[in-house]
Amino acid sequence: MTMQYLANPTRFLRLANALLPYLWALTAGLLVIGLYGALVSSPPDYQQGETVRIMYVHVPAAWMALFVYSVMALASAVALIFRHPLADVAAKTAAPLGAAFCFLALATGSLWGKPMWGAWWVWDARLASMFVLMLLYLGYMAIWAAIEEPHRAAMVARIVALVGFINVPIVKFSVDWWNSLHQPASVFRMDGPTIAAPMLWPLLVMGLAYTFLFLSLHLVAMRAEIAARKIRQIQIAEIGER
Amino acid sequence: MSLILALIRRDLMLSIRQGGGAGTALGFFLTVVVLLPIGIGPDQALLARIAPGALWIALLLSVLLSADRIFQQDYEDGSLDIMTMGPVPFEMVALAKAVAHWLSTSLPLAIAAPILGFLVNLEAAAVLPLTLAMALGSIALSFLASIGAAVTVGLRRGGLLVSVLVLPLYVPVLIFGLSASDPGAAPGLTFAALLILAAIALVSLVLSPLAAAAALRAYLR
Repeated sequence: MTMQYLANPTRFLRLANALLPYLWALTAGLLVIGLYGALVSSPPDYQQGETVRIMYVHVPAAWMALFVYSVMALASAVALIFRHPLADVAAKTAAPLGAAFCFLALATGSLWGKPMWGAWWVWDARLASMFVLMLLYLGYMAIWAAIEEPHRAAMVARIVALVGFINVPIVKFSVDWWNSLHQPASVFRMDGPTIAAPMLWPLLVMGLAYTFLFLSLHLVAMRAEIAARKIRQIQIAEIGER
Repeated sequence: MSLILALIRRDLMLSIRQGGGAGTALGFFLTVVVLLPIGIGPDQALLARIAPGALWIALLLSVLLSADRIFQQDYEDGSLDIMTMGPVPFEMVALAKAVAHWLSTSLPLAIAAPILGFLVNLEAAAVLPLTLAMALGSIALSFLASIGAAVTVGLRRGGLLVSVLVLPLYVPVLIFGLSASDPGAAPGLTFAALLILAAIALVSLVLSPLAAAAALRAYLR
């Protein structure tokens, strides 16, 4: 129901404009609380010392990299099945955000790996599949850039996004399927989190903060994309009048 | 069924008679394998250690470079437009073309790989597992390449984009292909890797015709 209601860009923009101030406020509040918990109140790890604080930026970024790709794939599927006019916009604008989160996860992981593992980068299943995710984001963005006609680009990009989705479960379960140097899951487990409570709550708050940051940025990006399309249509109409 | 076989036969015939198909891919394969010892140095022990990986990567690149032939010409001369209107479902057309690419390019490359292996000091014990793994893996390589070829069929400089899109999808084939080609591994492990390669081949066989046909339709409208 809401999906069809929001198919109208004007209605969508009205809702987005109404929601955005609250989303930004929520993001800022969560970030302040989460960063306080991560950098000040939580204890240093008994093995890793202070470097454990990198985890509070690294882990949520990695979650978001997977989450955003899932959003992109879901939007692509909705576009393919229901021809929803805004689904392509959602998928297209999610890609650079997801790539940024993915890059953040890779970069912070690398910074943590140097003191902990003794190397900036090691080739194992989790790191390699995460790197592939980055390449998939870049490939998806390249398709949008390479095909000039927007409607055709949308149709092709949907397929690219859906084919690449196969990598998301591989990233998630890579630490279980292969012997990895990377830590196995310690928060989302069947038998409950194995991480200590003073470290768990800042991590979860940071996760929420990242999620709302993505939602805010995504709405802004979608708004910009809709405006860009309107401009394009106006320009085409002007050329037609001449 | 006979129509699909006819399509495969047509594509095979074209690739044999036109030249520049399987032969060129083999030439490229040979060139990459020859360049490698020149770049790395002639140390026999080192070459023996990296030979399977080097052959696999050369195989991936050769298959990828020949991928644009799967749909490009038929798209440009309008044959694909006619095929969309024919009695064969368009997904099956995409399937037939990928099968033809496998038979004309990937499979010959996989068979040639162990022979080229002598250039990079491939161990005798690795020849059989490598050939088996490559023969199985090349199925997935051709089908995944057909997705990339379909997605970029109407682009002027699609070649580089195909590499960016398809090479990440080749990573699982490369990983399990290498573990299946390792002669030092326990026999059960080699067999398990071969089974996973076969599974990847089957999944790509089912999914890639759907994806390729959908992408081609976007260009053919």
